[in-house]
Amino acid sequence: MRRRLPFSPWHLLLMPLALLFVLPLVQMVLTSFMSSAEINQFPPKLIPTSLHLEGYRALLTETPALRWFGNTVLVSTVAVLAHLVLCSMAGYGFARLKFAGRGLAFLVIVATVMIPIQLLMIPTYLMFARLGIVDTLASAFVPWLASAFGIFLMRQFFLALPVELEEAARIDGCGTRRTFRSIVLPLARPALATLAVFTLLSSWNDLLWPLIAISDDNRFTLQVGLANFQGMRRTEWSQLMAGNVLATAPLILAFLFAQRKFIATMTFSGLKG
Amino acid sequence: MALTFAATPHAAVRKVSPRGRAVRRSLTGWAFAGPATFLVVGLSLFPAIWAFFISRARWNGISPGVPVGWSNYERLATDPDMLAAARHTLLLTVLFVPSSIILGIVVAIALNQRIRLIGFYRTCIFVPYVASAAATGILAGFVFNPQFGAANDVLRHLGIPQQQFLESPSQALFVICLIALWGEVGFCTVIYLAALQDIPRELVEAATMDGASRWRVFRHITLPELRPVTVFTGVWQTITAVQLFDLIYTTTRGGPLNSTQTVVYYIYELAFQTQRLGYGAAAAYLLFAVTLMLTAGIIWYSRRRGSEVF
Repeated sequence: MRRRLPFSPWHLLLMPLALLFVLPLVQMVLTSFMSSAEINQFPPKLIPTSLHLEGYRALLTETPALRWFGNTVLVSTVAVLAHLVLCSMAGYGFARLKFAGRGLAFLVIVATVMIPIQLLMIPTYLMFARLGIVDTLASAFVPWLASAFGIFLMRQFFLALPVELEEAARIDGCGTRRTFRSIVLPLARPALATLAVFTLLSSWNDLLWPLIAISDDNRFTLQVGLANFQGMRRTEWSQLMAGNVLATAPLILAFLFAQRKFIATMTFSGLKG
Repeated sequence: MALTFAATPHAAVRKVSPRGRAVRRSLTGWAFAGPATFLVVGLSLFPAIWAFFISRARWNGISPGVPVGWSNYERLATDPDMLAAARHTLLLTVLFVPSSIILGIVVAIALNQRIRLIGFYRTCIFVPYVASAAATGILAGFVFNPQFGAANDVLRHLGIPQQQFLESPSQALFVICLIALWGEVGFCTVIYLAALQDIPRELVEAATMDGASRWRVFRHITLPELRPVTVFTGVWQTITAVQLFDLIYTTTRGGPLNSTQTVVYYIYELAFQTQRLGYGAAAAYLLFAVTLMLTAGIIWYSRRRGSEVF
């Protein structure tokens, strides 16, 4: 039985604010189901008269939007998996293993957090051009394989983990690799989930880097494809909104289902990052 | 890769010198940390150093570069486009950072109440943060469309004259700031909400028992407790505002009449539209230096005010 709470004046602030934040997204979805005639009506309408699928149909037949979607899924999947493997290994190495050059290597990694993408984009583009991977999907995901933030996050987590379990495993004859795989990683699930959400959000939503690295429109990611499409058809609003739905719906749905995990990720990247 | 221990019989038989063991331990360590370290250093430290050499050359990326010393930097200081871009970035930052912090605190306090529908409110306010800046920009182009956008429709109902929004050189930057706030306030709110929940309950209760009004509790307990977090959000939001690109690209592309061309957007145009790589790299280094100084400034100021966070 939930106790009924009395009406609070905070509703007067929160209700309009909540609507202000969510209504544009609602309008985006509704507009994607409108016909062009309906969108251009005056005064504007919020609710479509019936479900028009022209926007989606035109988007999917006139542009390689499905391909862009697939490219984004691929880039994000590679990014998340690589992050999970490489950053958890490195984080464990920096937290628990003693090796020559450990302090210096970690210091360098932390220092690179300050370097902004604007400084890196020119030389990285040139470097990728020399490696011959510009204009391939590899150029979109290589910068996402590992990150200083990911290494730092995993290291902090492993440092806070009690060391006794690992010592016990070692006494039982477990090697470093096996201790890591069968004892440490299962305990690291919460940190790995945070890392996965963080990497998914940033790689899925990235525009600037793939915009620079990719010019073949079959290899665009969804964000680049949409930005480019918008540049060509400024007035095809139902198609643009259909594309927007395609680009945002997967993450929004994931957010609705795993809200706690997303919020924990945002909090972590804030308070400790 | 079994490690040897004094307790195992092997250790007695196979004599491993301490030096050999240290080497092997280092190898194991690097096997773990090496791949990620190599990627991070190769994709940030190395290009950052290379960018410095590029910034001291005149180069279009194809024909060989001509070393020009510091002249790219000298020209930037008097380049009217660069100065205009710096003004736009500064204005955007000055508008965006304090408003996102104040809004973040207010919304977090509101969301920290135990009232009905609070879960619904939270979801609504955090959702825009998940949407990509590119999609947000395209959506904003629709909402702020002068002819049939929802924004002008609302103004019409309120009896306020219609506006040009993103198509007006005097309004576009403010509208972009507003859109950026819509997308980023969720982040600030989450941070402050976590910080509010960390404030010891006893502190507030004790003050209330002593007869402190709600306002005094907020002013003398809540706000000081939030100060360390505010240093962080200040730094973070400054970096966000200075680096804002996706939103500008998908709304105005620097227009109308260059009124939303920020430093970051100018660097992008220099390097990837007009192929002036050396000049673009110099502008990027200048921006990096200024951001570092701003960040250091905020941290120094907060240290002097007595909060240790970094």
